[in-house]
Amino acid sequence: MTVGYEPWDTARGTEIIAEHAGLEGATLVILHALQEAFGYVPEPAIPMVAEALNLSRAEVHGVFTFYHDFRKQPAGRHVLKLCRAEACQAAGGDRIAARAEAKLGVSLGNTTADERVTLEPIYCLGLCATAPSAMLDGRLVGRLDEARIDALVAEAQR
Amino acid sequence: MTMRIYVPRDAAAVAVGADEVALAFAQAAAARGAAIEIVRNGSRGLCWLEPMVELSTAQGRIAFGPVTPADVPSLLDAMTGNGQHALRLGVTDEIPWLKRQTRLTFARCGVVDPRSVDDYCAHGGYKGLERALTLTSAQILADVTTSGLRGRGGAGFPTGIKWKTVAQASADRKYIVCNADEGDSGTFADRMIMEGDPFVVIEGMTIAGITVGATKGYIYIRSEYPHAVEAMNAAIVAARRTGFLGKRIGGTKHEFDLEVRVGAGAYVCGEETSLLESLEGRRGIVRAKPPLPAHKGLFGRPSVINNVLSFAAIPFILDNGAKAYADFGMGRSRGTMPIQLAGNIRYGGLFETAFGVTLGDLVDEIGGGTFTGREVRAVQIGGPLGAYFPRALFDTPFDYEALAARDGLIGHGGIVVFDDTVDMVKQARFAMEFCAVESCGKCTPCRIGSTRGVETINKIINGERVTENLAVIEDLCNTMKFGSLCALGGFTPYPVMSALKHFREDFGPAPARLQAAE
Repeated sequence: MTVGYEPWDTARGTEIIAEHAGLEGATLVILHALQEAFGYVPEPAIPMVAEALNLSRAEVHGVFTFYHDFRKQPAGRHVLKLCRAEACQAAGGDRIAARAEAKLGVSLGNTTADERVTLEPIYCLGLCATAPSAMLDGRLVGRLDEARIDALVAEAQR
Repeated sequence: MTMRIYVPRDAAAVAVGADEVALAFAQAAAARGAAIEIVRNGSRGLCWLEPMVELSTAQGRIAFGPVTPADVPSLLDAMTGNGQHALRLGVTDEIPWLKRQTRLTFARCGVVDPRSVDDYCAHGGYKGLERALTLTSAQILADVTTSGLRGRGGAGFPTGIKWKTVAQASADRKYIVCNADEGDSGTFADRMIMEGDPFVVIEGMTIAGITVGATKGYIYIRSEYPHAVEAMNAAIVAARRTGFLGKRIGGTKHEFDLEVRVGAGAYVCGEETSLLESLEGRRGIVRAKPPLPAHKGLFGRPSVINNVLSFAAIPFILDNGAKAYADFGMGRSRGTMPIQLAGNIRYGGLFETAFGVTLGDLVDEIGGGTFTGREVRAVQIGGPLGAYFPRALFDTPFDYEALAARDGLIGHGGIVVFDDTVDMVKQARFAMEFCAVESCGKCTPCRIGSTRGVETINKIINGERVTENLAVIEDLCNTMKFGSLCALGGFTPYPVMSALKHFREDFGPAPARLQAAE
């Protein structure tokens, strides 16, 4: 969840980058670490990563934008990810996703106006025999039915 | 006497309440002063019974499931009393669904404590490495080759040949890379083994390292698997502490160490060259082959890159000999395959068995049909890039060549079951949509073809010039299949064309002249 993340701070950013810059192929590791600290990858961090790894800004920006995980702005207070891949589709995932969208009033990939909940699709949590499944702020929930998704949405809105 | 109770920590069990059950046991035992030890094991793979709790007894482990926290007080009564309970499933190893499997790779999964090297060794772990350390590189290569093991990631390339190529290459450094970017929907075997028996993956990679002369390995795990990342990291620390990783492995001159790297939500990074790019810190753009990763892989060095299950099969082969493994299977598909039964299925989970079992047996008999109780209409085999098969093809044996002969593929061994409410034209469109979103963008057939595919299928759904547009789809699929750089664009036609071929009725009215002929 986004509560508990640090506000962007250049010195802290420099520190995080320096911590991992010595690794082989460190770009993804650093971007993950930045996002873990700040909840997203702040734009000023991109040239700093480039500088530390002796890459161009364009290269780091290219990596940052290639991967679905990296955010350019903070998510809502809670992130609810619904698995939309085939196994969950087969087990009624379409119905569950439509219900969550209706309850929250946003479509997948968006954040509610009060910035409480970001609703996202995810393609496979590997819980394909206990489908449909979801992840709320890192916590996994399987065998979703109407009651369970309603409870998850209510929890996220709190 | 202290009672030992097993409550899985596998993500699939946790997702249906295993953590709450473990907590309830601890609290209930404390409240009544009962001495219990809770072991957080992996999953046995009987997913419909999760959370499945086991009690260690003189007669073997007794299973109970599916358990909710509310069941815990009565379960504790049963465990301390006569053992009878409505959720009692009997001796775990005697449960028919488990008993009829041939568990070679998953022998320890759900049995051992995945955080304990001692428990791993007590159940036959590290015997493969122990033997490998007494052999020459050529002898190990001979074993791996003779076992007939083929890459379990999907391509089915002989593992022994891949290793031999790297062993023969000369370079200042070589790498072992484990592809744990298990992105295919309907597959979870990699996740399960990493969470339930992580040391078997480490042991397999270590054997690969000493065989080809690599001292460093990476495990690239997708970010959607935080529990697997945690389990592998913990296991690596434990293996280092006990001398199974690091310098002088097992007191020999061999050196090998591992590092986990986490992906960032790009499906295409399951493709090996794209994975290497990602490990090097770049966009996951597919590389053209040649050069093969075995010649120029990670950081331009010769690299063995194998799937989790391929590495996990190695310790058994080295411990029990190539023949013991090759004795299972059929034709050119030797050994066992951890098959994953998923989607709308009554008895879903992990079923490891020798190659050759038919699709019908897997879906109807072992899987028990759908959990909705409706007719099985289609199964998708091998993930988002795998073909949809109708019931008419359920006599197909599960084997690389047999599936290929019917325009299907084994992929990573997942089977997703759909009931008769499925709309196959939507599934075909989803395959194209998924490819469009996940395409790395390097080659045109995949990047543009998938987008045009979505548009064209939408026209078909809207009833616009259906016959002509179906011809466009067929043409597009041919272009993607033969013109794409990797399996993403190259295999997306499998679900699309199989849906069209076997479920033509879902794609709008048949051409007028055919209707007239009927």
